[in-house]
Amino acid sequence: MSFISRGFKGRRRDPGDPGRVPPGQYVTDDFPVLSAGPTPHTPLDEWTFSIVEGDERTTWTWDELRALPSETVNVDIHCVTRWSKLDTTWEGVSVDTLLEEAGAEAPYVLAFCDGGYTTNLPTEDVTGGKAWVAFGYDGEPLDPEHGGPARLLVPHLYFWKSAKWVRGLALREDDEPGFWETYGYHLYGDPWREQRYSGD
Amino acid sequence: MAGAAVLRRLTWVVATVEEVVEETPRVRTIVLDVPDWTGHRAGQHLDVRLTAEDGYRAEREYSIASAPGEPVAITVERLEDGEVSPYLTQELRVGDGIELRGPVGGYFVWDGEDAAPLLLVAGGSGVVPLRSMVRHHQRSGSATRVRLLYSSRTLDDVIYRMELDETGERVEVVYTLTRDHPAGWRGYARRVDPDLLAEVAWPVDDGARAFVCGPTSFVEAVAMSLVELGYAPARVKTERFGATGGR
Amino acid sequence: MEALDGNAIGGLLLEVFGAEMTTATGTCAGCGATAQVAGLVVYLEAPGTVVRCRSCDNTLIVIVDVRGRKCVDLQGLSRLEPAIH
Repeated sequence: MSFISRGFKGRRRDPGDPGRVPPGQYVTDDFPVLSAGPTPHTPLDEWTFSIVEGDERTTWTWDELRALPSETVNVDIHCVTRWSKLDTTWEGVSVDTLLEEAGAEAPYVLAFCDGGYTTNLPTEDVTGGKAWVAFGYDGEPLDPEHGGPARLLVPHLYFWKSAKWVRGLALREDDEPGFWETYGYHLYGDPWREQRYSGD
Repeated sequence: MAGAAVLRRLTWVVATVEEVVEETPRVRTIVLDVPDWTGHRAGQHLDVRLTAEDGYRAEREYSIASAPGEPVAITVERLEDGEVSPYLTQELRVGDGIELRGPVGGYFVWDGEDAAPLLLVAGGSGVVPLRSMVRHHQRSGSATRVRLLYSSRTLDDVIYRMELDETGERVEVVYTLTRDHPAGWRGYARRVDPDLLAEVAWPVDDGARAFVCGPTSFVEAVAMSLVELGYAPARVKTERFGATGGR
Repeated sequence: MEALDGNAIGGLLLEVFGAEMTTATGTCAGCGATAQVAGLVVYLEAPGTVVRCRSCDNTLIVIVDVRGRKCVDLQGLSRLEPAIH
C-alpha cells in the first residue's frame, strides 16, 4: 500500500470522454515540450525534405514543399506520457502527395530528422489521408521547440511517431525500430489499444 | 556494511515535516525528521516523491539546505506554473509525511578537506546547496577562505539574507541584484558577467575550487568565464537547475 | 526546457546501479571524449531520460521506465568506470 501525500492533487487530470480520449490519458490545455536532445536550427535555405527508396531520392527544398498543395486539419493528439490535447489545428502537406510524387512504394517508412531522431511506421499508416508534413500550428509557423520548421504529423498513433524536425522518409522492406522503439517503446503505438511499450 | 548503506539510500522512506520556515514570500525551508538518517555531505540532494489519491505521482529533486550534522532540511521555491512546488510551499504542514530518497550525489559536494579557497557562485535558488557548504564551513570551524557570489533578481528574493549577512570574516558574501535594487544600494546591480567575476573570484594563483549552481544558462556562462580567467576546468564544479530554478 | 546535467539523475542512477554514479567517468563511443557523469547533458522531459555527450551530442545513455521497471541502454558509452572511493 503506497504512501499517499495528504492534500496533493497535481495538475488537473481530466480523463475526458472515453469515446474521444484513449485509455490512460488525461486532457490538457497546455502543449508540453518533450525533447530528447537540443533543438536543431537548420536555416530554411539549407532545409530539404527527401523521400528515399534504395538508391532513389526525391528532394524538395523549403520553397518547393511550400508550393505543394497543403491543407489545414483539426485533430486530437495523444502523447505516450499520458497527456492528450484535443482540437489542435495544423497546416501541412499530406504525405500522400509526397509519396505519389516520389513514386515510392515499400511497406514501411523510417522517418529521419535533424538531430538524429528516427521513428518507424507502416507506409499504410502515413497514407490515405492519415499523415502530413506539418509546418503550421494554430495558425502560426511551427515553433522550433515543437518541431519547426516542419514535423511529421500522424495523429492516430502516439505522438512520438509525429517526429519533430523531420527531414525525410526512408522507404524500407522491413520495420526497422526507430529511436524510442529501440529503447523499449512499442513498434506500432496505437493509443486506442494502449500500445505504449514493446509487448503491450 | 557498505552494501546496506547503499540500499538504505536508494529506498523511499516517509519523513515527517518538523518545521517550516517562510524564507521569502515564495520560498520555504522544510525541516524534516527522516527515519534512520545516516547523515549527508554538503551539496547533496534529496529526491522527493508525491503521490495523489488516484496513484498519480510526481518526483522532484531538492538540494539539502542544512549542513552535515544538522536536521535535514530542503528549501523550495514556488514556481508559477509548478505542480510540486505549490504543494510543498503552501499545502504541506508540520506533521505531514513526505516520501523521499537519498542523500544523492558525490560530485557536487564539499567536505572541507581541501585548504584551497572556495568560490561559490549562486544563481537564484542555486544558492541552496552552497548554503549547506557555508553552514558546514561555519560548524566545522574551517580556516578555508570562502567567497559566495549570489545573484538574485531583487533584494526581496535573496534567501537566507540575515544568516548570510552574519557569516563573519572567513566567509565573504557578495550580492548582485539583476532586476531591481533599493535606493542607495552600493552593491553590484547587474547580471554576473566576466568583468564582475574577475573582480570577485579568487586570483587564479590561489588554486581555488569553485562550485557554480543555478539555471543552466547561468551556470554555463559562469563556468566558461572562470575557465577563461584561468581556473582549471577540474576545479570548477557545476550543478544545473532547470530554467525556472527547479528540477 | 533547458538541458540539465548528470547531477539531476543521481537518484535514478543510484536506483539502477546501486551505486553513486555521478562521479563515474564515461567514454563516448562516438567521439572518445571522457567526462564524469555529473557533467553530461541530460534531457528529462521526454518519454525517457536521455544523456548526451557534451562534446558531440551523441546519445550515451537512455533510461526508459517500462511498466515500473527501469530499462537502461548504455550503447553510446564505450566505457563507464565508477570513481574510486
